[in-house]
Amino acid sequence: MIDPTLPPHMRPDRSFQGLILALQRFWADKGCVVLQPYDMEVGAGTFHPATTLRALGPRPWKAAYVQPSRRPKDGRYGKNPNRLQHYYQYQVILKPSPPDLQDLYLASLDAIGIDLKLHDVRFVEDDWESPTLGAWGLGWECWCDGMEVSQFTYFQQVAGFECAPVAGELTYGLERLAMYVQGVENVYDLNFNGREGDEKVTYGDVFLQAEEEYSRHNFEHADTAMLLEQFRMAESAAAKYLEAGWNADRSRHLMAQPAYDQCIKASHVFNLLDARGVISVTERQSYILRVRELAKACGAAWLATAAGGAAADSAAG
Amino acid sequence: MPDLLLELFSEEIPARMQAAAADSLRKLVTDALVERGLLYEGAKAFVTPRRLALAVHGLPAAQPDRHEERKGPRVGAPQAAIDGFLKASGLASLDEATIESDPKKGQFYVARIHRHGRPTPEVIAEIVPEIVRAFPWPKSMRWGKASAQAGSLRWVRPLQSVLCTFGPETEEPEVVRFEIDGLASGDTTQGHRFLSSGTIRVRRLEDYLAKLEAAKVVADRERRKDIILADAKDLALAQGLELVEDAGLLDEIAGLVEWPVVLMGAFDPAFLDVPDEVIRATIRANQKCFVLRDPATGRLASRFVLVSNLAASDGGAAIVAGNERVIRARLSDAKFFWETDRTTNATVPLDERLAKFRNVTFHEKLGSQYDRIQRIAALARELAPLVGADPELAAQAALYAKSDLRTEVVGEFPEVQGLMGRYYAALEGLPAEIAAAAEEHYKPQGPTDRVPTAPVSVAVALADKLDTLVGFWAIDEKPTGSKDPYALRRAALGVVRIVLENGLNLNLRTVIIDAIFLALIFSIRPRDGYLSLARIWDPQIEESPKETWAKGTVGSFLNSDGFVDDFGESASFHQMMHPDGLDPTDDDESQRRSEAYIELCRRLSTMDELKAGIWFENESGQYDYLIYCKAIYEREPWLKIGIDKLADDLLAFFADRLKVHLRESGARHDLVDAVFALPGQDDLLLVVKRVEALSRFLASEDGRNLLAGTKRAANILRIEEKKDGAAYDAAPDPARFVEAEERALADAIAAATPVIEAKLAAEDFEGAMAAIAGLRAPVDAFFEKVTVNAADPALRANRLNLLGAIRRVTRVLADFERIEG
Repeated sequence: MIDPTLPPHMRPDRSFQGLILALQRFWADKGCVVLQPYDMEVGAGTFHPATTLRALGPRPWKAAYVQPSRRPKDGRYGKNPNRLQHYYQYQVILKPSPPDLQDLYLASLDAIGIDLKLHDVRFVEDDWESPTLGAWGLGWECWCDGMEVSQFTYFQQVAGFECAPVAGELTYGLERLAMYVQGVENVYDLNFNGREGDEKVTYGDVFLQAEEEYSRHNFEHADTAMLLEQFRMAESAAAKYLEAGWNADRSRHLMAQPAYDQCIKASHVFNLLDARGVISVTERQSYILRVRELAKACGAAWLATAAGGAAADSAAG
Repeated sequence: MPDLLLELFSEEIPARMQAAAADSLRKLVTDALVERGLLYEGAKAFVTPRRLALAVHGLPAAQPDRHEERKGPRVGAPQAAIDGFLKASGLASLDEATIESDPKKGQFYVARIHRHGRPTPEVIAEIVPEIVRAFPWPKSMRWGKASAQAGSLRWVRPLQSVLCTFGPETEEPEVVRFEIDGLASGDTTQGHRFLSSGTIRVRRLEDYLAKLEAAKVVADRERRKDIILADAKDLALAQGLELVEDAGLLDEIAGLVEWPVVLMGAFDPAFLDVPDEVIRATIRANQKCFVLRDPATGRLASRFVLVSNLAASDGGAAIVAGNERVIRARLSDAKFFWETDRTTNATVPLDERLAKFRNVTFHEKLGSQYDRIQRIAALARELAPLVGADPELAAQAALYAKSDLRTEVVGEFPEVQGLMGRYYAALEGLPAEIAAAAEEHYKPQGPTDRVPTAPVSVAVALADKLDTLVGFWAIDEKPTGSKDPYALRRAALGVVRIVLENGLNLNLRTVIIDAIFLALIFSIRPRDGYLSLARIWDPQIEESPKETWAKGTVGSFLNSDGFVDDFGESASFHQMMHPDGLDPTDDDESQRRSEAYIELCRRLSTMDELKAGIWFENESGQYDYLIYCKAIYEREPWLKIGIDKLADDLLAFFADRLKVHLRESGARHDLVDAVFALPGQDDLLLVVKRVEALSRFLASEDGRNLLAGTKRAANILRIEEKKDGAAYDAAPDPARFVEAEERALADAIAAATPVIEAKLAAEDFEGAMAAIAGLRAPVDAFFEKVTVNAADPALRANRLNLLGAIRRVTRVLADFERIEG
């Protein structure tokens, strides 16, 4: 149930930012560190090192954050009421997965105004796999009255490594959820700041022009020669940093995160190239494999860091 | 007798896995019980999204006791033997053994062991954890703290509690205590996630089902299905509509709810501009809802039926409104796709649309979709006259048939491929035959699917399937065992059914060879041409391409006559240019290899030459690829061998499929074998007619007796021919006939033979059978009166030749030796 003390403009069913803030409060209350978005272009909240890297290794971890996600191919020049090339995901990661994760998730829906006595919430099989991250997990898409509002995954493997222990990951599609609780049919009509009249700012006011501009960029003008070069640069930089980060006996790694940044970059550049249609079907597979190799190497490096759980005694080495 | 109740309560189990999981649980537990001597009266499994349960009824309270007698060593045997005996039989000392005596062995020890059966709960507590740990989920996972350790429990989704009780009806049952990775068994469970609260304590099946029902859970999957179907039909009826039933969808939905609540929603009738099938696909695939039909128009109504898992406090108003919103958005997308496709089709010519298929790979070794479409069109043109279709119309229909694969609607909903082609062809004003073929050329999809009958559809359907079969056969991707990734068995069965059900006389071998030519012309070729393969062995090129062609198609064609040597195809190619082990002074060997290499290059060029057929036009200005190919095929013996071998191999696959098909319709497989054993049987319709006539004939008394006589003749011949090392195939000499029965039989065979041949030539199998039936009496009389193995060798040989004549004349109809009985 929505916090009754909230002023109207802060209510999650009236305001897009109110929805985000309600989730932030909810998960902060459950002991998560509330992080800010990662400062790089990513295709999904999962790419944030707070998920990809932290899901690896034995250390417990609880985090929640908003992550802007870029899917160059999904651009529709602002013409489609549901599809965007840039949108927000709300990401929660809990390691190890708590036994009451489903209940926590349902309570979070309640907190943003979805009454579970009125709405039909269901967990429908949807196994998750990220070929570029070498990751997979089992879980569900969560339906509210027939609409997919979240993705719920128990990570089994990330970067080619078994997750031990397993982390539970929740991903909320924020625009969709907001459209649902606000009762809006077009994403650009979402009330962003919860104000009415002259003070009201819509999602369209904030993002419509950007959608138009980036669609042009993604499909027509992105400089493919430059992007191809950037892919190669990111790939070789990642390899360089990975190599340089290992200590003498390869027991500890000292630069896993900068290397992983390059992996993220390569992945996004690949998505842009794909949107520009310059990658053939056969090449596509090989690009994905190349990114996966980077992700795996970064995963291996992370496991040799302190946060990745490498034994303290090897820190000296 | 006591009952067992077991429930494994977890987070949501995927709908598609539930039915099989319930079966597995029942089978695994009951098998394990029976294996341990615990027989039961009945067992039933239950499954919902959150629980997998099993009730086993009528179990004994304990395993039966067992008595065992174990013979030991003789009295006074060495201590080692005594110790071994005590250990094996579990006795504390020899005092517990009895002594028996035997006249031969003397006195020896015997252990009489009485083993008490263990109480059933103890056995259950042992087997259930084992079964849970090794449960055959298609995919399983680890979770929570325990997953930090290797080898932690796996389940389909996190397992939350285990309920296990055992006891007789009249008493309070006991909890069967065990632990699975820290999860202790108990006697409690939970009800519906939203419609109940707290835990439920359960004693046995009856109160389990009743208490769950009170907690808004229908545990029985079949009952949930019945409820959904009945309620959906009622709701439809109340609106004067009919439910479009969908068994697959019903199965899935029953796995998504514990408490089905059926509701009806509506959408804007303006969406009904979109074809019904697209609306249905949208609503089904994305929303898992049923659609409704208006009996007045036969078309879909602007309503849908959804099944929620919640009896909502507002009567479902919010749930319906939410589902309507999603369906509105989905149908908007579908309508947009449909309109985009119509605009594209109206403005972009077919050629240009097809050109896009150049970038779509069909199979790495079989070229692009574009190549494939060209082959199918050419083959459809060849097949058309044989099936009564206009060749140009058939070719045009084939070109159109796959064009919908690049449309937006089919991109979104692959299951409406073909159907969209039909709609789009009609909208483009193309002939009705082309529209029909677009849909029907995929048919039949399975043994019960409808078979196309319109000639143009038949031509395209056959071309599509034959091209697939020939292509994968040529690159050696045949089905093996249970693996048939390209659904080649289904394709072959489709051909068989189209031919038989349309009564088509088709020489399949000729058609297959045409299809092979087309495959060789259009697709099966290395990227840089065949001659480039010769380069593989060029020692001056450092990085020779790693070429797999030598093994598959190319190898089997190029070396079909084994011209290279005995080392196997790829090895021998290799040896030509890498003369490992070649004696440098052996000039003959060098010469031989050099000649073989030149011959190989010539053959590779010939394969390239086949492609030149693409440029040849016939009188009416059409490209006639096949004429050119056929000339090369006749000219090059090795090519003919290769192509014939491929065709015969594929024909044998068709024979197998036909056999399976006929067996399913009740025909005897041995008769099919007996007919296929004859040479040149590639007209499936004639094969079937002959099998049918043969079957009727063998059901008659004449038929049975003639079969017995023929088999007797064949048996004698087999033995005597082996003994003599000779074949008795010569015409018997009338001068040597001694008995009247010999002459009568010879005359009867001589009289029947031309009649049988004439009837067969006219495809009158019944007539042929009637003619051969006349041989029964003379054959019987012959065996009754005449001794074949006469003392006079010349007489014996003549009589054996007469038996040979029986074998010969019956073989015109079928190989009687392969017929059972």
